[in-house]
Amino acid sequence: MIWLNVVIQGVLLGGFYALFACGLSLMFGVLKVINLAHGDMAVVAAYVAVFLTPHLHIPEVWSFLVVVPLFGLIGYVVQRTLIQKSIDRDPFTTLLVTFGLSVVIENILLEAYTANGQTVNIGALITKSWHPTSIIYISYVSLAVLAAAVIVLALLQLFLSYTGTGRLIRAVADDREAAQLSGANYRHIFGVAAAIAFATVALAGIAFGMMTQFAPTSGGVNLLFAFEAVVIGGIGSLWGTLVGGVALGVAQQFGAHLNPQYQVLAGNLLFLLVLAVRPQGLFGKKTALS
Amino acid sequence: MSDTQSPALDQNGVIRVRRSTHSPIYTLVGASILIVLLSVAPWIVPAEFATTLMNFFILVIMATMWNLLAGYAGMVSIGQQAFVGLGAYATLYFALKGMNPFVTIPFAALACGVIAYPVTLLLFRLRGGYFSIATWVVADTAMLIIGTIAVLGGGTGRLMPGLQNLSPSETAHFSYLATWVVALVVVVGTYVLLRSRLGLVLSAIRDNEVAARSAGANVRAARRTVFILAAAGCGAAGAVLAISQPFIQPSNEFNMQWAAEMLFVSMIGGLGTIEGPIIGSIIFFVLQQTLQQEGVWYLVIFGTFAVAVALWQPRGLWGAFRDRFHSELLPVGHWVEGPKGKKRTRTGKS
Amino acid sequence: MSETLLEVRDITIHHGQLCAINDVSFRLGQGEVLAMIGANGAGKSTLLRTLAGLHRPTSGVIEYEGADIVKMSPNKRVEAGISLVPEGRRLFSSMTLEENLKVGAFRAKKGPFNIDRIYELFDWMPERRKQNVWQLSGGEQQAVAIGRALVANPQVLLLDELSLGLAPIIIERIYALVPEIVASGVSILIVEQDVAQGVAVANRVHCLLEGKTSLTGVPSDLTSEQIDRAYFGADLTTVTTESESAE
Repeated sequence: MIWLNVVIQGVLLGGFYALFACGLSLMFGVLKVINLAHGDMAVVAAYVAVFLTPHLHIPEVWSFLVVVPLFGLIGYVVQRTLIQKSIDRDPFTTLLVTFGLSVVIENILLEAYTANGQTVNIGALITKSWHPTSIIYISYVSLAVLAAAVIVLALLQLFLSYTGTGRLIRAVADDREAAQLSGANYRHIFGVAAAIAFATVALAGIAFGMMTQFAPTSGGVNLLFAFEAVVIGGIGSLWGTLVGGVALGVAQQFGAHLNPQYQVLAGNLLFLLVLAVRPQGLFGKKTALS
Repeated sequence: MSDTQSPALDQNGVIRVRRSTHSPIYTLVGASILIVLLSVAPWIVPAEFATTLMNFFILVIMATMWNLLAGYAGMVSIGQQAFVGLGAYATLYFALKGMNPFVTIPFAALACGVIAYPVTLLLFRLRGGYFSIATWVVADTAMLIIGTIAVLGGGTGRLMPGLQNLSPSETAHFSYLATWVVALVVVVGTYVLLRSRLGLVLSAIRDNEVAARSAGANVRAARRTVFILAAAGCGAAGAVLAISQPFIQPSNEFNMQWAAEMLFVSMIGGLGTIEGPIIGSIIFFVLQQTLQQEGVWYLVIFGTFAVAVALWQPRGLWGAFRDRFHSELLPVGHWVEGPKGKKRTRTGKS
Repeated sequence: MSETLLEVRDITIHHGQLCAINDVSFRLGQGEVLAMIGANGAGKSTLLRTLAGLHRPTSGVIEYEGADIVKMSPNKRVEAGISLVPEGRRLFSSMTLEENLKVGAFRAKKGPFNIDRIYELFDWMPERRKQNVWQLSGGEQQAVAIGRALVANPQVLLLDELSLGLAPIIIERIYALVPEIVASGVSILIVEQDVAQGVAVANRVHCLLEGKTSLTGVPSDLTSEQIDRAYFGADLTTVTTESESAE
């Protein structure tokens, strides 16, 4: 019975990882870039929710309604300026620039807000949970985050499949030049993809802040997990990312159950195992492989 | 590769291909003076400055290795701290077995080189950004695994044995010398490597991998060799780091900060040059010393500077200098002199 | 002489250090089919890509409806009415047949072509529209690529190497569509290695040899020997050159 709880906790954690990772997956699929500052955007969103939205007299628990669209806009602008400029040079430059941004952002946050842990205040909700049996507990917050992840992924999939812009995004991901020849302004499409990535990761960051404490370095830690989720699930597949996230979450919870020190290690080992045995991941296409 | 000019085109003196645009005598004399000065430094400069120099050398070693990986073999690693940490812990391990810590240095480097080989078998399945993040996972995993080994100090760390017999000034002097020697070996070694056949193969791969492959270059083997060498180099850096800061703990030896520093320094100094990491390290230390009181702002400024360099002057400061003044201290490419003036063959990412 | 839609003057295009097109001029008139023929490496595809906006010429003028479009981005050219069917089809491999057409239609201008009209033109398409394009044969993929470009309602359709990799009977069927497309008001610039097909369908022919114009004219006025000579370069009829320095 205890193992069932471990699995359930893993699934709940996996939902969060999937939400965090779907933007990463999208940006890689469409722009062919890894944004190493992806995780830090989540943390910045959490800091904005805690320290800046109160000025608008919005309770922190509803801050995401403002922060998520804001970050979508920021994503579009950052993409069309900074990231596009580095893409125009080469992928190498993009890695270096986004890494540099990541370090700069983390250290600015460190100076501004210190290394102390913060949380997004959701009042009494944090303690509420459901106990179907004495061993299994499901916290409302985690469940809400899992639900949010599934909804966001479903909406994203619908958007990509059935709207004109969504189709253009898929077209640009398949063959950028051919998409240009069909009338797509690929820089704008890149911007839209980045906007979606930033918006989703902002939501993930606020969710993280609701579930646990965050600090300037939390972004880096979660980026690692997001990346592992994407690779385990399969590069190029949105639902694969959900499965990968869940697999990672479950592995981590198993590790944690044996010894809290082993939580992250267990996830890393799963990742390395997948890399060794099935490098394209569970549902992946072979795009990122040599 | 010899320093001779290409005979066929030289009859009218129209086109010449050379290694260096000025006589190597200048570099040799300058370098000799510098080497002598740096060797006697601990006895002539204040102890604080010697410590700074030591940290400077460690950064130069790491940056030179990172530059070798990224600027020549095209592999952006944000996980080299794995080998810095492993080198430090290898030194600790050998010291615990009774070896003199200073003697462990080459063994620590060797150990890292050996560990690097199976790591490449995994990592080389990925490309580009995914390769980069995977190097990070490797570093994270190494740190976590070491953290579970109690005899090495576990998560909290422990003191390096074998250094207690020496007086503080002896320790300081020997640490300095060890670090200086390692830095010298690494930089000179890299220079020699890049002027060798492997260096030529690397330049070819970086410029056009498909063409290099079809010309017979074994791309995978070349990359693997470079990765292993870079691991060994970082291992050596870790070893001297462990000796100079003898309280060994995972969060210090495997710190992500090393990755950031290696990267920024190489970028600002100039990727694909030997002088670049050195120049970048100098700037880094100047900045750090000046802004010491301001917490981590120096890192913010340095990082922003690195991003700006990447976007607008990708050859870095030394690369720009070299292109403008047509001269290098440690030439590893070729200069083609034709009727329209000197032009360097493209061996850097631009 | 029909009204000029597209005029190219003294255009030179480089691929890195290689000169792909050297000082070429031609015009495409309303309702015309112009065939650019030439061997592999003659620079034809580079020329089409430049006309579509994917490549910048080193020098020269490209005028469309009287305006210079050299600086116009590819997607703007599509909106203006120039569509390219690229070499190798370049369909969107993760999408179905219908989705590929829908992408083409996203920025479509008003005109005779829409998805339903494409389905009339290629009557096998409707029942296979939900199939993923990688399941289609080469000829079918070529048809989808043409449909994708047509659905934007171009005034100038650029066709790059339609026959590449296709069986002769399929090539014939595809070329049989050309008159119908022209009749709907589209002018066509076609690039072909297959001389017979190119010449058969064209109003005028322009032959390129190693980046230079080697022959122009109306097919009925040209003998097959003339065309062979121009294609293979045994005898340059229009351009005189000094011997060129080796690359």
